[in-house]
Amino acid sequence: MNVEHWGLAVAFVVLGPLLGALLAGLDRRLTARMQSRQGPPLLQPIYDVLKLFEKDTVVVTELQTLYLWGFLFFMVISGFILFLGSDLLLSLFALTVSGIFLCLAAYSTNSPYSNIGSSRELLLMMAYEPMLIIVALGFFLVADSFRVSDIVAGSPWQVVQLFGILLGFLFILTIKLRKSPFDLSSSHHGHQELVKGITTDLSGSDLALVEIGHWYENTILLGWLYLFFAPWGVALALPIALVLFFAEVLVDNTHARLKWATTLKATWVVTGLFGVTNLMLLPLIT
Amino acid sequence: MSFLKKSPWILHYAATSCNGCDIELLACLTPLYDVERFGIVNTGNPKHADIFLVTGSVNEESRKVVENLYAQMPDPKAVVAIGACALSGGIFRDAYNVYGGIDQVIPVDVYVPGCAARPESIIDGIVQALAILEERARDRKRQRKVVAS
Repeated sequence: MNVEHWGLAVAFVVLGPLLGALLAGLDRRLTARMQSRQGPPLLQPIYDVLKLFEKDTVVVTELQTLYLWGFLFFMVISGFILFLGSDLLLSLFALTVSGIFLCLAAYSTNSPYSNIGSSRELLLMMAYEPMLIIVALGFFLVADSFRVSDIVAGSPWQVVQLFGILLGFLFILTIKLRKSPFDLSSSHHGHQELVKGITTDLSGSDLALVEIGHWYENTILLGWLYLFFAPWGVALALPIALVLFFAEVLVDNTHARLKWATTLKATWVVTGLFGVTNLMLLPLIT
Repeated sequence: MSFLKKSPWILHYAATSCNGCDIELLACLTPLYDVERFGIVNTGNPKHADIFLVTGSVNEESRKVVENLYAQMPDPKAVVAIGACALSGGIFRDAYNVYGGIDQVIPVDVYVPGCAARPESIIDGIVQALAILEERARDRKRQRKVVAS
């Protein structure tokens, strides 16, 4: 663990949310262009959050703020471990704990909308979590280590060996980014059956914390995607990761929302078909 | 400068309207007018909203909803009444079941006339509400400082 790794990890804590906000802003602009609209300014997500800090915060229960700080804290921890080049599995667990904290915050407010939202969020976690574990396992089998720094310095053929796992990861990335057809728990768009799902009862600075958490999450997920192509070097890997990341916007704009049962089945089928199959074939192709 | 001006989130409620104004209001979100250019988002959730847009001549049934939604919005907030019915009751003014104007129920900041109100005038109404919203944000900041000290 050298100075470079520590620098990257600290840069994530400071600049991670900025990068995540830019990704979110670009996402909204791309979405607008796909609907032949002009769309908001690139920095709109940042304006939104700064505005939320100016608003009053309606507190249903004081626990909600505590849980939301937990959500943000573990999100930062997860990214810190990832960008430090440390254990991928530990980063994954911190990411999961962070997700659980968001569900707890939504459950604590007692609104039926946020309760259904967090039930659906837990269900989505059940859907995508096996695939995330398979991603970490796949990296381990190829690079012989869970350490991110070893995976980055791994074989250039790793993305070919892990191609099925990459497809599975792209599938669950749609869930993690809360995109259609899997935006069951909380949608970016108004006028859905759940009002705003898990964030229904969160307002003002509480909602701002959720948004900042999502910015960090954007950066972390881009980091995971980058890992597949990392041995090719930054100049090649980063553009590929960004293109795949924004392919999710196209999926978002061309699909209607699915029901929860279909989502769960589809995700597990994809996990089995691409993830598990790839994992079983891996000893033959390494 | 207040960031409320750069990202006003709206909440839309049709208080017994004929849906004429509502269609014009939703037209503002379409590619032709695209109010998201100004950061305006239709939230559908009172706890996230900054500007409350109400259409229709409010009656006893919708009065409760209007009051409830207004109470659930966190300060600073502004209310825009859209269309002839929301301003005064319009052609339904003399009907026995109608209150005749949103300002009979909650305080209204901006009145947008028309039957139905044009999308251009609705956007103009929202822009005028932004100035009021900014002033309220300043007041609210001062109030918070007084409470803190």
